[in-house]
Amino acid sequence: MRIVLLMLVGVLAAAVPGRAAVLVNGAGATFPYPIYSKWFDEFHKRNPDVQINYQSIGSGGGIRQVTEGTVDFGASDGPMTDEQLAQTKVPILHFPTVLGAVVPTYNLPGSPRLRLSGDVLAGIFLGRITQWNDPAIVAENPDVTLPAEPIVPVHRSDGSGTTYVFVDYLTKVSAEWAKSVGTGTAVSWPVGLGGKGNEGVSGLVKQTSNALGYVELIYAVQNELPYADVRNAAGRWVRASLDSVTAAAAAASADMPADFRVSITNPPAADAYPIASFTWLLVPSRIPDQAKGTAIKQFLEWMLGDGQSFAKALGYAPLPETVVALERRALARVAVGAP
Amino acid sequence: MESPETTVAGDRAAGLRLRFGAAFAGRAARGTTAPVARRVLPPAQARRRAGAIGDPLFHTVSLAFALSVLGLAAVVGVVLWRWSAASRAAFGWSFLATSTWDPVFSRFGALPFVWGTLATSAIALAIAIPLGVGAAICLAELVPRSTGDALAFLVELLVAVPSVIYGLVGLFVLVPLVRTAGGAVARALGSVPLFAGPVYGIGLLTAGLLLAFMTVPFIVAISREVLLAVPETQRDAALALGATRWETVRHAVLPYARTGILGSVFLALARALGETMAVTMVIGNRPEIAASLFAPAHTMAAVLANEFSEAAGDLYLSALMEIALVLFGITIVVNAGARLLIARVRAPAGAPA
Repeated sequence: MRIVLLMLVGVLAAAVPGRAAVLVNGAGATFPYPIYSKWFDEFHKRNPDVQINYQSIGSGGGIRQVTEGTVDFGASDGPMTDEQLAQTKVPILHFPTVLGAVVPTYNLPGSPRLRLSGDVLAGIFLGRITQWNDPAIVAENPDVTLPAEPIVPVHRSDGSGTTYVFVDYLTKVSAEWAKSVGTGTAVSWPVGLGGKGNEGVSGLVKQTSNALGYVELIYAVQNELPYADVRNAAGRWVRASLDSVTAAAAAASADMPADFRVSITNPPAADAYPIASFTWLLVPSRIPDQAKGTAIKQFLEWMLGDGQSFAKALGYAPLPETVVALERRALARVAVGAP
Repeated sequence: MESPETTVAGDRAAGLRLRFGAAFAGRAARGTTAPVARRVLPPAQARRRAGAIGDPLFHTVSLAFALSVLGLAAVVGVVLWRWSAASRAAFGWSFLATSTWDPVFSRFGALPFVWGTLATSAIALAIAIPLGVGAAICLAELVPRSTGDALAFLVELLVAVPSVIYGLVGLFVLVPLVRTAGGAVARALGSVPLFAGPVYGIGLLTAGLLLAFMTVPFIVAISREVLLAVPETQRDAALALGATRWETVRHAVLPYARTGILGSVFLALARALGETMAVTMVIGNRPEIAASLFAPAHTMAAVLANEFSEAAGDLYLSALMEIALVLFGITIVVNAGARLLIARVRAPAGAPA
């Protein structure tokens, strides 16, 4: 009996996770989860006494948890609204971490390379443009034979940052969209089928001929889905890539607001991809626990420096230098320790 | 000379009387004065028996378990009621009659989801009941016992398959099937509103078919058990009167098994109402009410699974909670209706259930 007890104590002692003096908890967006988990792992290797634990429960969950203070930091694909910020006990600061982009993907015979402008995309998802050989689409794709078939729009059925970026872009390029549908992580789609997650949308698009949906750039690249070039505000047709996405952020950094809550869709730069977005870490402006606060600030410092080099390998666009510089200065706003 | 207080029955009665009063003691006393030999205990042991706690403890503990299950259900109802308060205040009863679901402008209505849930369940049952009861009759009555056992075992395995797998099978097998077959039907009967509109392959009909596949094993497994439990004397009597196989089943076996089969149908309905993952993969997730079987739709469980994690904003969350409350309410109403129906069916049949 005593031996069993001793063994039990030994097993329990060994099962205790190794010697992390500081445990930091975060929760939020699912889109950046791969890069965040890589970062937290690499940071732990460099700082063995800091363990950062992240749960990808969705941007909405991240915002709720950091507002209530049940996690030490949150993460969101869309910035918190003024109403949400008003409900926080401590002001929450936004720190952009990486960039993501959304691309329109489609299922047409021969998978031609298409050009779809913002007007056309808004028209399709509003239900105004119903056929692939609509004059508006044909005008932008003169050397592609488009079938005389109805378009099957596919959108996300679950709330997500991907939807947020896409409808944010449509709101900017279409007054009718802004008035009737608006921007949000979930919207009331006038037409179309709903798929759950990027995989649901791409599954539906692959299965349904003449379908048109939208997915994350990384997802499209990794799954070799055909995606269209989009026309940016400067009038150029841009194909989504990590460089064109970083260019979009660089263009926006000129008028970056102090709290980094900016939408970088449809920026004016010549080589910018118009459907791109930051994803943010939500950090309280005062962290009472000294150890946790220092750990979080150290992580943010590292993330802005060496961390950015991990982004491209995982398919995320790194932050442009201008934004990184602005964020480094903003780090000073995070106060650590009891007031 | 034995007195009632020193017999076993008297001991038990005395003990129970101490705790629960005359009712229990009386029943215990009556129960054990049936023709059973009574042992007489020496006074010391009799006194210890009088304080025995076994039975009362058993009563208390099992009552506690039963009440805790009810308590859990009550807790669910109360929690949903409180969390949906904002939405109930904002929309009132019109929540159940409105068709918009707009998180951006905060206009919410549950009607398309209620419609989708009820319609897919109705389609599922319409297919599953004849198929399931027919299969059960075959496996219980017509097929040799050993083959029936083997096939029933396979059917019961299907009950245990996780619903996500059904969803994947639905997406990769059923959807193309409905697209081609449904396309042909739509071309032939396109003027009928029931078959109008483009056939995507995913939609109300596909979800209903998938739910039918998921619920048939329930009906087959349980109905077969119930049919096998019908005493042979019933069948023998019918056959002796010159009935054919079908007439025997129809008039002697099925009425006897009716309650059990109804019970299995309602179990299947409960599963169909609450099914989430499989349905959301094949239904198209479009909160719209359309007359066509091929149109995409949405269900209450699917919208909760899809939108809950990202829902930010109190009214949005509250509206989702209200949908959960409506689903909870519908489940309770359906199950209560099932109980009443079974009770009504049981009484006139006169046969033990």
